[in-house]
Amino acid sequence: MTLLVEALDVRHGQLQAVRDVTFSVAKGETVALVGANGAGKTTLLRAIAGAHPSKGGRVLLDDQDITHVPAHRRVGMGVALVPEGRRLFAQMTVEENLLLGRFAGRAGDWTVERVMAAFPNLEKRLHAKAGTLSGGEQQATAIGRALMSNPDVLLLDEVSLGLSPLVVDRVYASLEGLMEGGTTIVLVEQDLTRAMAVADRVLCMLEGRIVLAGPTSELTRDQVTEAYFGLHRQQGAA
Amino acid sequence: MLNSIIQGILLGGYYALIASGLSFMFSVMRIINLAHGSLAVVAAYALWVLAEKFGIHPFLGLLIVLPAMGLIGWALQRFVLERSIRSGALLPILTTFGLAIVIDNLLFEQFGADTRSLAPYIGSLSYDAFELPGGFYVGQLAVLTFAVAVVMLGGLQAMLSFTPLGRAIRAIAEDPDTAGLVGINASRVNALATGLAMITVGVAGAFLAMRATFDAYAGAPQLLFAFEAAVIGGAGSVWGTLIGGIVLGLAQALGAQIAPQGFLIGGHAVFLAVLFARLFIPGLGFSARVRSLFRRST
Repeated sequence: MTLLVEALDVRHGQLQAVRDVTFSVAKGETVALVGANGAGKTTLLRAIAGAHPSKGGRVLLDDQDITHVPAHRRVGMGVALVPEGRRLFAQMTVEENLLLGRFAGRAGDWTVERVMAAFPNLEKRLHAKAGTLSGGEQQATAIGRALMSNPDVLLLDEVSLGLSPLVVDRVYASLEGLMEGGTTIVLVEQDLTRAMAVADRVLCMLEGRIVLAGPTSELTRDQVTEAYFGLHRQQGAA
Repeated sequence: MLNSIIQGILLGGYYALIASGLSFMFSVMRIINLAHGSLAVVAAYALWVLAEKFGIHPFLGLLIVLPAMGLIGWALQRFVLERSIRSGALLPILTTFGLAIVIDNLLFEQFGADTRSLAPYIGSLSYDAFELPGGFYVGQLAVLTFAVAVVMLGGLQAMLSFTPLGRAIRAIAEDPDTAGLVGINASRVNALATGLAMITVGVAGAFLAMRATFDAYAGAPQLLFAFEAAVIGGAGSVWGTLIGGIVLGLAQALGAQIAPQGFLIGGHAVFLAVLFARLFIPGLGFSARVRSLFRRST
């Protein structure tokens, strides 16, 4: 088991954003995290990446407890997050943003050249400031920056946010190579059709809990939609 | 007149030297280190003790004092600044203000009220001059100071632009949270950056002590000059610091031409003019920076 999340509780002050979440991700697997806004998906990813402290439960990476390891050291252990909204260093060039990914000093075969091969649209923007890039180019740079740290587990938070459908297609086409190449991926995706198309498994979150989990092949779109809006619960109450 | 301009530019080199550490720390960590001048005086006393008690030439003494200053910077960040900045932008200012008072009085207790200088230990360098065409004379020490300032600022700029440490420093300055997510240990990098800043302070302290006299309370005026040069140059830009130092030096040299008391008044007047222009004329870059400083505290 590459990544194991056990009874994780995460709070934003008084608000409990993630409640008692347990799931695991096998090596090479792609898991999609779906759910409405405010369901706790981003907080869960940030807690796995170490950017947000957890109140209870454990996060294990290859059977090693990393619950209290700070974010910068988790990168060195092989967990990389592509944060919501890209969060590039706008004053730095694309190349400098990519090279930052190498700071954790993790061995592997990702280089600037390989990122260029995966995202050919970045090639001619290599020396442009990240702040001047288009949304698609920024997203590619953010993914490339995470890949430069040679992660075992790649966490992708809403890579399609604010991008045109055409650009989203291009980003996912580039990701396909990674998914087939054996990188373990946990992704948050608003577009249910797309999430179910790329992922091996779907986890649906509602109000901080996982309310539905299963292989994409065994779940129907309607089942996920019901869990997404909490319909099954309302029906039970009525 | 031309002579005062030349002397003013060279004096500006010294101001750029003492301002470089101050503006570097402000641009990287948004910390205004009010103990800056006092720490330069600590380095000056350390060099003086090495020269006076152990007969070590000040240039050789730098080999001991600069690494020590680097360690002081590392410890200052780790144990004082990192803790105080968590409580907002004001606390590091108060903390370093207190630190300056502690340092000044400890130095006074240890070394008394006598003024000291490194000039006696550097031979003829303290008074030799180069003759320029046209009959002008420039002090060798002043030329050396200017050259060291240019090399040091250039080195800082190159480090920021081309090294992994420089990229990490810039990333933390822009977005510390995301810097952690890409694997940068912010507290380690900031401690290294403060160590570097203190090495520049050590160099500044050496030139302070070689070009003039100093005593335990010499830190405050040095801080003032460093602050003025940094603000005139647009605190946070490496080459701006050099320009700020030169402008301050020129203003003082030309002020002294107008009236004997004009030396300090000229410098302060230019500083205030630039400060108010930056605060009230949008687009000069300073007001946004100041606003961002205070936004961090809320």
